[in-house]
Amino acid sequence: MTNGWIDIKNTDMMLIMGGNPAENHPCGFKWVVEAKRTRNAKLIVVDPRFTRTASVADLFCQIRAGSDIAFLGGLIHYAIENNRIAKDYLLNYTNAAFVVKDGFKLPEDGLYSGFDPATQTYDKSTWNYQEGGDLSGKGAAASHAAPAKPALGKDGKPLPPHLPENVAYDLSLQHPNCVFQLLRKQYSRYTSDMVERITGVPKGQFEKAADLFTSVRKDGDTKKVATIIYAVGWTQHTSGTQTIRTAAMLQLLLGNVGRAGGGVNALRGHSNIQGATDLAGIFEILPGYLKVPVPADTDFKTYLERITPKSAKPHIWDSWNYWSNTPKFAVSLMKAMYGDAATKQNDWAFHYLPKVDRNYSWTYIWDDMYRGNVKGLLAFGMNGVAIGPDSNKNIEALKKADWLVVGEIYPDETSEFWKSPGITTDEMKKIQTTVYRLPCAGFAEKDGTFVNSARWLQWKNAALPPPGDAKVDQEVLARIFLKVRELYQKEGGKFPDAILKASWSYTNPLNPSLAEVAKEINGKALADLEDPVTKQQVKAGQQVPGYAWLKDDGTTMCGNWLYSGSFTEAGNMTARRGTEDPSGLGIYPSWAFSWPANRRVMYNRASCDVDGKPWDPSRKQVWWNEATQKWVGNDVPDFKADSKPKDHMGPFIMNPEGVGRLFVPIGAVADGPFPEHYEPIESPIDNPLHPQQSNNPIVKKFKTDADKYGTAKDYNIVCTTYRLTEHYHYWTKNNPMNVQLVPEPFIEVPAELADKMEIRGGELLKVTSARGVYKAKAMVTKRIKRMMVDGKETFQIGIPIHWGYRGIAEDEDKTAKTAANILSPTVIDPNAWTPEFKGFLVKLEKA
Amino acid sequence: MSQATLRVQKISGHAGSVPGEDTQREYTVCKLIDTTTCIGCKACEVACMEWNDLPFGETVFDNTYQTMPETRWNYWNLILFNEHEREDGSLLWLMRKNQCMHCAEPGCLAACPADGAIVQYTNGIVDFQQANCIGCGYCITGCPFDIPKMNPKTHRVFKCTLCTDRVSEGLEPACIKSCPTGCLHFGSKDDMLDLAEKRAKQLREHSNFPNAGVYDPKGVGGTGVVYVLHDATNPEAYGGLPKNPHVPLSVKLWKGPLKWLGNVAMIGGLVGLFVHYLRYGPKSREEEDLATKPEGGKS
Repeated sequence: MTNGWIDIKNTDMMLIMGGNPAENHPCGFKWVVEAKRTRNAKLIVVDPRFTRTASVADLFCQIRAGSDIAFLGGLIHYAIENNRIAKDYLLNYTNAAFVVKDGFKLPEDGLYSGFDPATQTYDKSTWNYQEGGDLSGKGAAASHAAPAKPALGKDGKPLPPHLPENVAYDLSLQHPNCVFQLLRKQYSRYTSDMVERITGVPKGQFEKAADLFTSVRKDGDTKKVATIIYAVGWTQHTSGTQTIRTAAMLQLLLGNVGRAGGGVNALRGHSNIQGATDLAGIFEILPGYLKVPVPADTDFKTYLERITPKSAKPHIWDSWNYWSNTPKFAVSLMKAMYGDAATKQNDWAFHYLPKVDRNYSWTYIWDDMYRGNVKGLLAFGMNGVAIGPDSNKNIEALKKADWLVVGEIYPDETSEFWKSPGITTDEMKKIQTTVYRLPCAGFAEKDGTFVNSARWLQWKNAALPPPGDAKVDQEVLARIFLKVRELYQKEGGKFPDAILKASWSYTNPLNPSLAEVAKEINGKALADLEDPVTKQQVKAGQQVPGYAWLKDDGTTMCGNWLYSGSFTEAGNMTARRGTEDPSGLGIYPSWAFSWPANRRVMYNRASCDVDGKPWDPSRKQVWWNEATQKWVGNDVPDFKADSKPKDHMGPFIMNPEGVGRLFVPIGAVADGPFPEHYEPIESPIDNPLHPQQSNNPIVKKFKTDADKYGTAKDYNIVCTTYRLTEHYHYWTKNNPMNVQLVPEPFIEVPAELADKMEIRGGELLKVTSARGVYKAKAMVTKRIKRMMVDGKETFQIGIPIHWGYRGIAEDEDKTAKTAANILSPTVIDPNAWTPEFKGFLVKLEKA
Repeated sequence: MSQATLRVQKISGHAGSVPGEDTQREYTVCKLIDTTTCIGCKACEVACMEWNDLPFGETVFDNTYQTMPETRWNYWNLILFNEHEREDGSLLWLMRKNQCMHCAEPGCLAACPADGAIVQYTNGIVDFQQANCIGCGYCITGCPFDIPKMNPKTHRVFKCTLCTDRVSEGLEPACIKSCPTGCLHFGSKDDMLDLAEKRAKQLREHSNFPNAGVYDPKGVGGTGVVYVLHDATNPEAYGGLPKNPHVPLSVKLWKGPLKWLGNVAMIGGLVGLFVHYLRYGPKSREEEDLATKPEGGKS
């Protein structure tokens, strides 16, 4: 979340889409209800089903699963056409005025400029700003007539496309190639009629939602605020990243980012998934969202040059470009990982880091395993078979691995994959995979921090010790690591130093205290340090107060620069429980630690106008104090404290431009600088915008014989999968309380479809996709209605995912023992690699 | 149950006076349920089970999100789910937390013939005392909300206790504590009614619910559990919430006039007997019977 949970109570308008927080985040949802109750805030819910979130909405729109970009693009079109935009914010805090290179082409035919059909990739060099200066009022003629010759590097080869340091701009926003005009042109195709065709939301209903949501900027109002709240209903599509992009653009257009009650609020799915991503439980980043090295990074210097952005902006503006501090974060991280073994002489142990040569994301891992290329898998609290996509492929993959280690609290589908329905006893005998099951601890048996969606690190204590032989995660991992290290010490092996030299200086190396790990993550000084301006000192061995102290010369170490400040010399900041909220905005500055630097709302400089005065005096977050010549406030300013308003430094300090990106230039997003509606890979219709390029041209399908895809010809129903309040993924089917609340799997079937097919509630149904068959009882409901999608009668069904072939009910043979993700397709988002769990095709029959 | 520390104002089937009867009430407690902000998460169902150590029961899929069709002897708190289409075609998914209403004039207490099996405390909480229960089931007939349920094995009846054990220690009921959205409120009846009316007004003025109102039925003297409803003119839509609940006439008659009629009949009968005796004396053989009978075959 750019903002946070409690901050939601400050809002005037909420759009909840691609998410169902009443059911999946009921405690956080309290703040939505609080906003309604105390401020008469309005709630718009857009979802393929009328959920429990929708039950308290002021306006509900039923949308066809996978068509969110069309809806949001329609909102952008509506906002621009009806002048419901934050003009000053747009001009000064976004790249609306930046002029884009000639040669850039919008995807009216479904393709951006630079597409190479042979390789199915984009050459993104035209997706860039023009070099230049003030092009205001000079029109298209002022642009470079011919594309400049590409700059050459030291080796004589053309440099990869990069942002110009000096970006051309037009403050009148009239230049035909300025971002604003391109944005308007891009979404001019997303009329209400087109939105109805693609999403199935009737035109009148859509316009009601658009009018309501954009009403915060009606008649030039700059005080009101709107927030957008989403979850995996957006991310679990091949268009996930671009959907979120569209929402971010809408919020920039409306001037809602950085403001209390505004922002783009992602609701994370698991109690500590935010912690997992911050500490890089993902193949392509290092802790603190640094990029991993690739083979082309021949040395540390090359690596840093590649990943450290240079500022790119109009020369009249200023940009802090905070990622320019990357070297400090990277060196400090290497010192944390390798301690004294990381020195200036050995390039800070850079050569110990693996160079990531290809995509190793989730679906690729299981694909590799299916192809027989993965010897073994360590699966910790992760039920790969049930998660899918394409559970059957994952089961087949496990059969081919040599070994599997499962760390779990219950036997689950993965740890008993050989018992999957359909595997005969003879087949079982042929499976050569050795399975090790390690009893691990449950959440109440572990201490440490959870990081929530609001970016709060909150320390928790263990309520009771793990039972029997079960061990906490850090002990399991430590023992494995130390054993592997011992083997390297005894037997040598390929490249032992990366293992042998890793820092492991815990008091109890076999079971490291998480408080010690937390201190490592915060970082400490390795030499005496002094701030040249304030004269504040940090002695060698002391915890650093924050990331502003990190250095690139080896005098600091830090496990994750974003968490710096969370465990200082004053103690464990994440354990604080101060209940004071002096501003009444729900900031609670002494409760736990909010990264970065304990600020609660990110980009909060944008909550003020260009002069540093809050847009809404009743919700003052930060402001410019003329007397002290500093930014101050109720929240920690997300800005250079002494940057005067007249210097026009951009509020979006993590972008090289310093401003919010309506247009995302080269490379940051793989499939287009503006989001475009593309159909889900399994879709009921051809894309009305460009039927000949229905799908995203760079979304790739997997290519083994287990990767099967269906078409509307054979599969006429749109299927989405989802989660219930009463269950938590695949483990509560082991808990009698949850099983009592919802005892059996079911399929939500629209009443109109049930009438047609003469299906009665409770009847056993069979859902079939190109990948497999799922069986469960029908829940006939009025909450999913028949839709007209591009003039075609379309039905959607919904399947909650919480069952499989092992659980209380399953063990008593009370269910069909199928996992919902048998149905989902192995096709992924080209930016975040998330599979398309929530919009694919099936057919429905009585079982 | 710490009955010694609570003051009782009504006792079922009790002969003689009740110490707390007609005493000045402090305040009655009240649970306010705002159905317009309930998200049907069932935290309250789970909290009730856990606080009261209720055993798990079996449930089956029944084409609804509702955990089971109605409350049970071991499931006192149940969210009822109802899909309801409004006049303008839009959908409402009504979720109503269903449990004992703790009526001011409880039908269960009126119907109960067993001394002390049901009590009402001065704070308004109506509580079953299973030790005194005879398992007759009359309370089930007497309740207009169909709440009390009998354990088929032990023949004792159970229902929500409004967490009298917590309340008597100054804590809010378990369900109130667990509600994540703050849709449940607890306090004095006056405060809760005030809050409820304010919320209903807000709904009428800002949320396009012109019939929003408060459910506090007078037919049972008002209840210790009140609802804010989107549409107070149509409580039946919320899973059969009765529009005008009252103690059944049969129970009222039986425990009221019929009781006295019965008393009158009984006493009247005894008095009548006595008066008859006074007037007519004991029954003796008739004179006629002693008269000489003609010999022979006189007819």
